[in-house]
Amino acid sequence: MAQDRITAPLKLLIIGGSAGSLTVLLKVLPALNYNVSLSIVIVVHRKNTPDSTLADLLASRTKIHVKEIEDKESLLGGTIYLAPPDYHILFENNGAVSLDFSEKVNFSRPSIDVAFESAAEVYKERLTCILLSGASSDGVKGLAEVKRNNGNFAVQDPSTAQAPYMPQQAVNKLHPNTVLTPEAMIGFINGL
Amino acid sequence: MIEDENIDILVNDVFELYGYDFTEYSKASLKRRISRLYTLDKFPSFAELRYKIKNDPGYLKRFVEEITVNVTEMFRDPSFYLALRNEILPKLGTYPYIRIWHAGCSTGEEVYSMAILLKEAGLLSKSIIYATDINPDVLEKARVGIFPIANMKLYSENYIASGGRLDFSSYYSANYDGVKFDESLTKQMVFSAHNLVSDGSFNEFHLIVCRNVLIYFDKQLQDKVFQLFDKSMGKLAYLALGSKETVKFSSIHLHYKQVGKEKIWRKTE
Repeated sequence: MAQDRITAPLKLLIIGGSAGSLTVLLKVLPALNYNVSLSIVIVVHRKNTPDSTLADLLASRTKIHVKEIEDKESLLGGTIYLAPPDYHILFENNGAVSLDFSEKVNFSRPSIDVAFESAAEVYKERLTCILLSGASSDGVKGLAEVKRNNGNFAVQDPSTAQAPYMPQQAVNKLHPNTVLTPEAMIGFINGL
Repeated sequence: MIEDENIDILVNDVFELYGYDFTEYSKASLKRRISRLYTLDKFPSFAELRYKIKNDPGYLKRFVEEITVNVTEMFRDPSFYLALRNEILPKLGTYPYIRIWHAGCSTGEEVYSMAILLKEAGLLSKSIIYATDINPDVLEKARVGIFPIANMKLYSENYIASGGRLDFSSYYSANYDGVKFDESLTKQMVFSAHNLVSDGSFNEFHLIVCRNVLIYFDKQLQDKVFQLFDKSMGKLAYLALGSKETVKFSSIHLHYKQVGKEKIWRKTE
């Protein structure tokens, strides 16, 4: 298993969101610069419909290549990946992503906690996680794990969130240094 | 969270002592499942978990059951079952008999879904469904065919979305909080333990169904399993995978052609 010890050199940004997060994504993504050393993964709660058009919708708003994650796909820089509906995503030591159809976590699949926790140990300080609007308690435990592994994290300013519960939980429990309005998020991500 | 080195140690223990080979499973998945079990069963330390696994064969059963994911549902991805019903079963119906292999069938929900499709197509009596899993305990549940009544609302909706036209509840009898599926469905099923890592081909099939199993394997093991399936399929046989799985990047892809939009491939030679 020697190959497992080679870690990917890329930086990784995971954006997790639930209710009210799509409007933020539609505001932020069009303003992002192409960054060849950054992979962006979006984990949002959504319904599992057969023809999922979220990837198309997001792709129409940004110059950056957008695609849904496929099992064992190796993450590339300069790309926005979307977690498919009804699967958790797990990060492998060799830069690949695995899909997982195990039990829902926080009534959610994909679960933001699962994605954050799995990435935290693999990417450590090369990881940044942002938690957006949502009415769920998903994501906060994952952010704590990111913090413990010296990763960076930021939270949407709850006063700007359509559903403030999720980011507010993170603010209360983790006291993040970085609380961002959607406008400020653009500069924050472009600075990564 | 359990450290990577400790995952390797446990995987080696389990292989040496019991012969279950998890070395080519997805590392990220193993780590998550072992960490989950560690928390669920409240082990005070990794050493305690290791001791328990090494010295308690009864606990090993639990370990294997929890490390492998056993989440499934009836008529999962209804559009897949609609394609089976409309496009694949009419082709299979031209054969004098039909052999189907459900590899990694877990507690059997998808096996019963298949039996219902076959029954409605008038093909069940000339079909045999071989249902296999690494885990004998989940197979026993599949054989008994009792599922929680709370799931029936979802399954019934899935059934209708998959093109089902009958009253779904006509396939089972309810008893307290469980429902038992009709024995006429079970009659054509053969249940057997089979480990995709270490066991070989055991028959030639017209259709192999293996959904959401390969995602727990690393690339090398995925490819070995594709070769095992290839060896177990006759010409023009079908291979059906989970909605996010593909033959595309495997060494067998040249001899397989995708049928329609669903994750179903047909062997061309």
